[in-house]
Amino acid sequence: MSESSSESRDRTPVPDPDVCVVGSGVAGALAAYSLSKGGHEVVILEAGPRFDRESRRQRMEAAIRPEVGFEEVWDVGGARDRYASSGDVYYRLNRTRVKGIGGTSLHWLGMATRFHEKDFEMNSRYGLASDWPIGYDDLRPYYARAERELGVAGADDNPFGPPREQEYPMDAFPPSYSDSLFAAACEELGITMHTIPQARNSEPYDDRTQCLGFSTCIPVCPSGAKYSADIHVRKAEAEGARVVDRAPVQRLVHDDEGAHVEAAVYATPDGERHRQTADRFVLACGAVEIPRLLLLSASETYPDGLANTSGAVGRYFMDHPIVRVEGVLDEPTNQNPIGFYTSETHQFYDHEEPTPGSIKLAFENIDPVSGTTRALRGGDRDTREDMFDPLVGDKWGDEALEEMRADTPNRRVGMIANPELLPREGNAVTLDLSRTDGFGNPVPDVSWSLGSHARETMAYAREIQRDIMDELGAEITFESDFDSPRPASHKMGTTRMGTDPAESVVRPTLRTHDVRNLYVASGSVFVTGGATHPTLTIAALALKAADHVDESL
Amino acid sequence: MELTRRDAVAALFAGGGSVIPAVRDVPELVGEPSASGGVEITDDGVGVLTAVARVVYPSEVTGIGEFVDQYVRGLPPARQREIASAARALDKRARGTHGAAMSALSPTECDSVLRSMGVDRTVSSPDGSVPQRVRYHVVNQLLYGLYTSPRGSRLLGVENPIGHPGGYESYQKPPSTTSGSASVNGVGPQSDE
Repeated sequence: MSESSSESRDRTPVPDPDVCVVGSGVAGALAAYSLSKGGHEVVILEAGPRFDRESRRQRMEAAIRPEVGFEEVWDVGGARDRYASSGDVYYRLNRTRVKGIGGTSLHWLGMATRFHEKDFEMNSRYGLASDWPIGYDDLRPYYARAERELGVAGADDNPFGPPREQEYPMDAFPPSYSDSLFAAACEELGITMHTIPQARNSEPYDDRTQCLGFSTCIPVCPSGAKYSADIHVRKAEAEGARVVDRAPVQRLVHDDEGAHVEAAVYATPDGERHRQTADRFVLACGAVEIPRLLLLSASETYPDGLANTSGAVGRYFMDHPIVRVEGVLDEPTNQNPIGFYTSETHQFYDHEEPTPGSIKLAFENIDPVSGTTRALRGGDRDTREDMFDPLVGDKWGDEALEEMRADTPNRRVGMIANPELLPREGNAVTLDLSRTDGFGNPVPDVSWSLGSHARETMAYAREIQRDIMDELGAEITFESDFDSPRPASHKMGTTRMGTDPAESVVRPTLRTHDVRNLYVASGSVFVTGGATHPTLTIAALALKAADHVDESL
Repeated sequence: MELTRRDAVAALFAGGGSVIPAVRDVPELVGEPSASGGVEITDDGVGVLTAVARVVYPSEVTGIGEFVDQYVRGLPPARQREIASAARALDKRARGTHGAAMSALSPTECDSVLRSMGVDRTVSSPDGSVPQRVRYHVVNQLLYGLYTSPRGSRLLGVENPIGHPGGYESYQKPPSTTSGSASVNGVGPQSDE
């Protein structure tokens, strides 16, 4: 589903713009929009294509049909996206990202929660990791702005959340029927459930429809009710920004002193290389490609990578290891599909002792048996349940229907937890010099291993999940593995923020310590990762970075 | 369970169709001619697909001919061409083994043609061998159309299948208030609307 019509676009550099933004996900789009609106000339360089909005329903079919891989829905993979994974847990990087206008927000779930105050003060409170050089209060106005920009539906019903003044732009999504089953069990256990703020329209907002309930939020929202960053790319363009798609940046080139970046060298589909100059550069291509680009931009002045005199570039990579449980009840849960969660609890987020750490627990709206997927698999639940029929089921018609009915659909319940994982120096994005991508550059190697804090927190999350399942009267049918957990696709760390140039990559203003005109807007600047969705914090930091760039111009 | 043209339009919401969904506009769009109506796939092609649908759809499904006709002709032209190509290859096989077009064969004979080609056991691929393409473009496309329509999905007790724009209200409903008459154990066909 590549966008073949985009071959002939003008991809030449813009003459001397004020700002060059690398990446067009949530961070890049918001920074570009904010700066364009402020009167600055902005160019965005995006590695992937501009996806045709009209293709979204075909992408949804691709997502539902079992023949198409998850990564293929947004054309991820191939020579452009090669990577390596060398940690204890294999990190399937390409499942966690999209390259294109809108970035990974094209296939995100859409949860938009604020970090808690404790997340910024892990060392002061618990003697763990490091404090951020900014606190919740510093980000609070930016959180409010981010909620308005993205369009967040929520309710002020979370008694464990951080303080807030403004109301959410939209009302929260009502709880699901299965949420009400959990609510009774949680009440018995003294656990308080609440709604989840999410960047999805519960009513028409920002000229976009309310959620229509296609139930395929991950990996594609056909209606556009879920926020995706292509929205702010278009807004930036309306303010005069220029977007160059299919233009992966290969190197950043600095001046003789190493004090300023002079140009971003990018490739175009015709095989050419171009130099985009600018007064300021904002890196917004995520916590894997940002450190990779800095490492690829090593020079005599910066032999270990641009802006890397601290040695912290690529270090302290974080993601949340998912802890999941599924069970069945002896009554219908009536789980007509919806692609997102509607209730969670932050009761186990703030804690007294250092370990176990923070836990965010969400109550799943598990899909019932998916008739489409199973029918297309010849009645099989998955592709490996019949040893004599390893590839695909051979049933159709009545035979397949009876097999699907014989299962226990509509009785399933589930929970999913994001446990806190502390930054560890050894968890890192480095260059794998043994392999190159389609442009001849060493591929990123993502190393992700779990420490004792994460493991103890995961075990505590499992304990809570079992207590709730037990109270609910559910028979547990699945528990996720602790040794190879799936990451939540919350990529953080790798160019962390700090006041000490020997320990961190960017200042509290999001400017790199080493290079005066180079800023970073990304989850890569996170010092710690909390236990909740990082996107709203990324959005808030991007708006803050844009303000600092604006002040400097 | 009888499928109707309206069900086919509902199935076209679930990807690929030329009908653009908007909030609660399903009834108004019923009967609207599709942009590609009748252009890319011939009546013979639809006949092959209908014959296959009578095999791969559960026997309690009726109204298959009209549903298939409306559904396939509402798909984008490029998709219709690929479907037609796979259908032609399948029809050629039927004429070779049974001396008659697929549309002239009984469901048992059609099933035999599909299984003799290995369509039941092959992987599904849009650009693979003939059996793989028949599985992808014919068998699985037809099943996709059926099970992403609310009526087809109700065969499994789910009134709002993934891919159909109706989940916003249905996810909140308890079992006793789902539209139609829910079957006793929550699965199985439900009555018509």
